Amino acid sequence: MSAPLLEVEDLRVRLRTPRGTAHVVNGLGYTVGRGETVAVVGESGSGKSVSVLALLGLLPARVATVTGAARLDGEDLLTMSPERLREVRGPGVGMVFQDPMTSLNPVLTIGRQLVEGIRAHGEVSKAEARERAAGLLAEVGLPDPQRALDRYPHELSGGMRQRVVIAIALSNNPSLLIADEATTALDVTVQAQILDLVAELQAEHGTGVIWITHDLGVVAGIADRVLVMYGGRCVEDGTVDDVLERPAHPYTRGLLGALPDLATSDDGDLATVPGVPPAPTDLPPGCVFWPRCPVRSDPRCATEQPPLAIVPTSHRDIGGGGLVHRAATWCEEGSRG
Amino acid sequence: MSVIVFGLVQLVPGDPIRLALGTRFDQETYDALLARSGLGQPLVTQYFGWAGRALTGDLGVSFRSGETVTSLIAERLPATLTLAFASILVALLIAVPLGTLSALRPRSVVDRVATVLSQIGISVPEFWMAIVLILVFAGTLGWLPSGGYVPLTEDPGGWAQRLLLPAVVTGVVSGSVITRFVRSSVLEALGADHVRTAQAKGLPTRQIFAWHVLRNALLPLVTVTGVQLAYLLSGVVVVEIVFAWPGLGQLALQAVQSRDYPVLQGAILLFAVVFLLINLVVDLLYTAIDPRIRR
Repeated sequence: MSAPLLEVEDLRVRLRTPRGTAHVVNGLGYTVGRGETVAVVGESGSGKSVSVLALLGLLPARVATVTGAARLDGEDLLTMSPERLREVRGPGVGMVFQDPMTSLNPVLTIGRQLVEGIRAHGEVSKAEARERAAGLLAEVGLPDPQRALDRYPHELSGGMRQRVVIAIALSNNPSLLIADEATTALDVTVQAQILDLVAELQAEHGTGVIWITHDLGVVAGIADRVLVMYGGRCVEDGTVDDVLERPAHPYTRGLLGALPDLATSDDGDLATVPGVPPAPTDLPPGCVFWPRCPVRSDPRCATEQPPLAIVPTSHRDIGGGGLVHRAATWCEEGSRG
Repeated sequence: MSVIVFGLVQLVPGDPIRLALGTRFDQETYDALLARSGLGQPLVTQYFGWAGRALTGDLGVSFRSGETVTSLIAERLPATLTLAFASILVALLIAVPLGTLSALRPRSVVDRVATVLSQIGISVPEFWMAIVLILVFAGTLGWLPSGGYVPLTEDPGGWAQRLLLPAVVTGVVSGSVITRFVRSSVLEALGADHVRTAQAKGLPTRQIFAWHVLRNALLPLVTVTGVQLAYLLSGVVVVEIVFAWPGLGQLALQAVQSRDYPVLQGAILLFAVVFLLINLVVDLLYTAIDPRIRR
């Protein structure tokens, strides 16, 4: 297998806050292959968004310290010069943000916002860039793209705006697309359209995709692999089948257990994971999930951070093509509930 | 509005005719003047008479000089307009760079210095700053005249020299207020989600700043600049007096002192109209700046 498109190694992000240093991302490592979709799931505050913002240098430098490595096509994003990073933003990595209501500039036309992105990466005439912008809008399924170019964001619905944001992210044919909760603010029908759209574009251009979400339904629908984050750490990763069908980490099991099931849930209360995620300013010394863990039993749980280790019970040969199923837990196989 | 203007002026104590006649007069002259001025009539009659004439552009005749109020105002208007626009220019030249720098480096040395300076600018009394500037630049250094006004058409050099100090004094005060607004609106614009989108597009920093930060911070800037301009246009009384600047503020003050009702009413009415006009212009500018307000 060729070298992965993106290789993240020991990514750590610390933020200075009034309440002390927040350890938001703690030693995250994963890879994304060409044309592959990796879903990153976890609760709010688990460090999902911060971990991808850090890749593109989009965290405020005054408060954020980022260490580790993130190689895109072998080139480290975290150490490259600001000018090189600017060149990578767009053609290297396109990004779609969570809230389409605020991620477009309200006082500039859609066309302008697309054209400026295209023209920032190459000698393109205004007319040519406009032509390309209209083509992109058509590609993302915006009706009447020529007219849409002269419209302002407030004249479009949320779903249409998110298509525009996706068009912007795709405008320089990025090799990696990062979608940060890109469909969370949209209603389900629009969400399905957007998911189809991205899958289509991905198949066409061979784009690698990091899809950040807390919606496990979305994960099952689009992802090749899943990375479960908790307390700024990867607690489990593997193929969608492995993680969703045979979760090894108690937290993943809790998440899956919290999914409301239309067939059986007419008896009242929804299942939850009791407790709240740890404050990033005050992480527990051992397993980050220990304070909420329903099956904690091993004495090391409270004192020693479990490493991300290969889950021995995977139903197929492990190590085949990097599709390993790993989990960071001291939890024994037998104690699975 | 005209009722308020009229009523307020009537509340000013003192008898204008007595003041106009001086210390020695006889009852007959007094009565004659009273009849001519119409001040003996009931207030309501006086009001409708004045308001009716004002609608046709006739603001009456000054008790003191006998000139028409419109000509008095027209005489003073150029000086006031000159000072107001020069001041707002000075204010923006101070406020936009200073406020922007503060916002770009919040809590830095630049920001702290700018905060202290604008705090001083807001709190220092204008007359004191005016006097200090006169002492330094007109007195000790002798570079600039201490006051007065010559029209631009007569002596451009002298016009500029005389304009500089008063414009700086009023400009510093307005500029200090505007600096605070620029700082907060740029800071807010910087934190907006769409700025992150612009960064993620790979735009050059300068382009992000011009089109995604400053462009969006313009709206509050236009508002506060409009308010400041309206304030400057309604005559900066103290500064006009210290610099012997023959503007509307001075005219209004003289009218108060001599209970020159028609002039005072005319001046206040003009201030009110100016205020409304500027608000109208600001609203029109909004629609030009912010597409969300169109339609």
